[in-house]
Amino acid sequence: MTVAAAAAPQADTTDEVVMSARNVAKSYGAVHALKGVNFDIHRGQVTTLFGENGAGKSTLMKILSGVIQPSSGEVWLDGRPVQFASTAEAQDHGVSIIHQELSLAPNLNVRDNIFLGREITGPGGIDYAEEERQTRLLMQELEEEIDPRTPVEQLRLGQQQLVEIARALSVNSRVLIMDEPTSALSASEVEVLFRVIRDLTARGVSIVYISHHLEEALRITDHAVVLRDGAMTANAPRAEIDLEWIVRHMVGRNFDLGTPPRGHEISGAALAIRNLTVIDPASGQTLVDDLSLDVATGEIVCLYGLMGAGRTELMECVAGRLTPAAGEVRLHGQPVQDLTIAERIRAGLALVPEDRQRDGLVQTMSVGRNLSLASIVDFTRGFLTSLRAERKIIDATIKSVTVKTDGPQAAITSLSGGNQQKVVIGKMLATDPTVLLLDEPSRGIDVGAKAEVFGLLAEKAKTGLAVLYSTSEVSECLSIAHRILVLRRGRITAEFTHETTKEAIMAASGEAVVE
Amino acid sequence: MTQTASPSRPRSRPSALSPYAVLDLLLRGRAFFALIVIIITFSMLSPRYLTVSNMLIMTNHVAIFALLALGMLLVILSGGIDLSVGSVLALCGVVAGWLLQGVELTAFGVIVYPPVWAVVLMTLGVGALVGAVNGVLVAYLKVPAFVATLGTLYVARGVALLMTNGLTFNNLAGRPEYGNTGFEWLGFYRIWGVPIGVIIMVVVALAATFLLTRTSFGRWLYAAGGNMNAAELSGVPVKRVQVTVYVLSGLCAAIAGLVLSSQLTSAGPTAGNTYELTAIAAVVIGGAALTGGRGTVLGTLLGAFVIGYLSNGLVIIGVSSYWQTVFTGAVIVLSVLLNSIQYGKRASRS
Repeated sequence: MTVAAAAAPQADTTDEVVMSARNVAKSYGAVHALKGVNFDIHRGQVTTLFGENGAGKSTLMKILSGVIQPSSGEVWLDGRPVQFASTAEAQDHGVSIIHQELSLAPNLNVRDNIFLGREITGPGGIDYAEEERQTRLLMQELEEEIDPRTPVEQLRLGQQQLVEIARALSVNSRVLIMDEPTSALSASEVEVLFRVIRDLTARGVSIVYISHHLEEALRITDHAVVLRDGAMTANAPRAEIDLEWIVRHMVGRNFDLGTPPRGHEISGAALAIRNLTVIDPASGQTLVDDLSLDVATGEIVCLYGLMGAGRTELMECVAGRLTPAAGEVRLHGQPVQDLTIAERIRAGLALVPEDRQRDGLVQTMSVGRNLSLASIVDFTRGFLTSLRAERKIIDATIKSVTVKTDGPQAAITSLSGGNQQKVVIGKMLATDPTVLLLDEPSRGIDVGAKAEVFGLLAEKAKTGLAVLYSTSEVSECLSIAHRILVLRRGRITAEFTHETTKEAIMAASGEAVVE
Repeated sequence: MTQTASPSRPRSRPSALSPYAVLDLLLRGRAFFALIVIIITFSMLSPRYLTVSNMLIMTNHVAIFALLALGMLLVILSGGIDLSVGSVLALCGVVAGWLLQGVELTAFGVIVYPPVWAVVLMTLGVGALVGAVNGVLVAYLKVPAFVATLGTLYVARGVALLMTNGLTFNNLAGRPEYGNTGFEWLGFYRIWGVPIGVIIMVVVALAATFLLTRTSFGRWLYAAGGNMNAAELSGVPVKRVQVTVYVLSGLCAAIAGLVLSSQLTSAGPTAGNTYELTAIAAVVIGGAALTGGRGTVLGTLLGAFVIGYLSNGLVIIGVSSYWQTVFTGAVIVLSVLLNSIQYGKRASRS
């Protein structure tokens, strides 16, 4: 018996594997999101996937739940290979996913949401009474008193999450995948969720859990799987791991994203933010909380924070898109809060927004016209635009930010993500800013392009540009930034120099406290 | 995708004779080829179709729709829609007619007969004012363009009916002793044989082309229609652009109203009913995207000509007017289908 246990620890019945990924790989064109991942989901246990943004967690979950199909490799369920053509098919096999963004119809009530697409019908149409009875049973199981007829939009976010779970349970899910379920929950709601998870596992449901909050995840997990750059780097049961182990395997060694530029003058506050407060008008939630920071001429400052920490709101408020509830923003000593976005750009303050497709590019225009969009005033003489002056600006910008394109007439949608990002950055650089804000400039671009973007910023800083960029990838903090500010719940919780560690930054952001 | 001529096309074009290139050319110039096909077909069916006089009559008729469509193009480029143009046309015609009858100022006990130039200016002001209301509703009060302009469609038509009690002003000639003659000049005068309405259309089209391709406003408009968020963050005054396009659309409707009532020598409150739909159809046939950001003046003009020449041709060969409606509808659907093929193809290249 001792021999068997040592050779095969999964011989124990509670360690039975219900589902597994075997050599699963997924490529999007030349980008390898997953490079042959193997991992097991054990019956009645919680398996947590750890990894930085872009490590491939979501891709893996989408493959397991039938949202996308793997480029190669197999998914096994109950000892047999399976292929899910759709999420509906995965659900029929008992595999459900709860997405980070809830997929409930807010205008419908709880009952209708739970049975959406699988309505129970009788001779007189939908059998609402039966649906309602089942909904009540599900809610009792989850120990949450929610009336089945409450519209979902009236529920708190935590309750909405429970409705999603109830929906998954109503199809008798045996494997439940939860993608960042706690990111929007309060501490007490997290406790409720964890209690539900324990109830579920006690009933034999297997949970796959993804979270950025490492400590929280460690409390609930039975197995840990760590992904990095699309490959699995570590895999161990809870008893053998601690936070330090996870962080070590998560961050690993990284692509060299450069070092802070030196040998030029860094002085004077180019951008000064004082006691800035931003409140969400819809929810009344404080997004940026009495925040102050300075960026000097020639300095690169990195703002590190998780999703929802208030990075985007801070940047958009400084750029003039959001109105602050309190506080002031000064550009070279001049207050700018009464200026419009256009006036701020002319004063030298430019923002490269986070969501390239939504806020950065005009998809119907050519590469050249996107590049010149923010500097139209510079090539307008009186009433007329000068096409020659415009061409000069476009050509210079394409060269300086090294956009790979067929030419200024090419469609913007024909460029790769990295080159599109360079166009957005180039567009703002063409306005000759003295302060450049970049909200997650590395989002959705590959490592090579990332290094080029950072190289460009470092170069510009040497000529006196003040740069403030935000990121949620800790490895990017330790690249070109002279200073690193950690943002958590709208406040700056820590400040580091370039000589810090990834672990220290992550600890300050609330992701992990490493003993 | 404005059609600015560029001396150097970076993308190497497929050889001129390949079937792909021919299809591509046909697709891009579809409104133009459709017009050619229409003209050739009807000139073969009827000897009266391809004559200078018929061409001028047709073009004079097209001018009204083209004027509305040019204003509509600006609004559609911004990502909006202006359903009120038909009613504004009627309202402006009625306002002009009313002013020409003389305005009685009871407080002073006099009747004022404004000269024709003042009538024209005041009428244009009314059109611009209705447009400004639309623009403010859409840009600042966030009313969806469809609903806002649907509202002004009813209000403008209602006001026009109220002003005349449902009747029509039949005498727009004015009287020499009051110094307000000459209104018929707009509808009947010709310069080198070309009706004034056509000349106005050409002038407005040139002005619109200039506005769209050579001014920063034009660039702002394409950007705001293509992606309002990105435009705003790039410093484009998006709200001002929106208000301006509705004002310009109202102005175009006012010009069309003046020309039409002068051509008809009467101003009735029911004029221009459903013209907004024809204007939208012309813009769509001209290759503009209803989602905004794509479209050209030339395309829109061609779209208006396709509709006008098609219906006129059908009249000449004696096809029932019910069939005209069916044909126009088919042309609209077909052109939207081709639009989605053209833009879908471009997107899939990414």
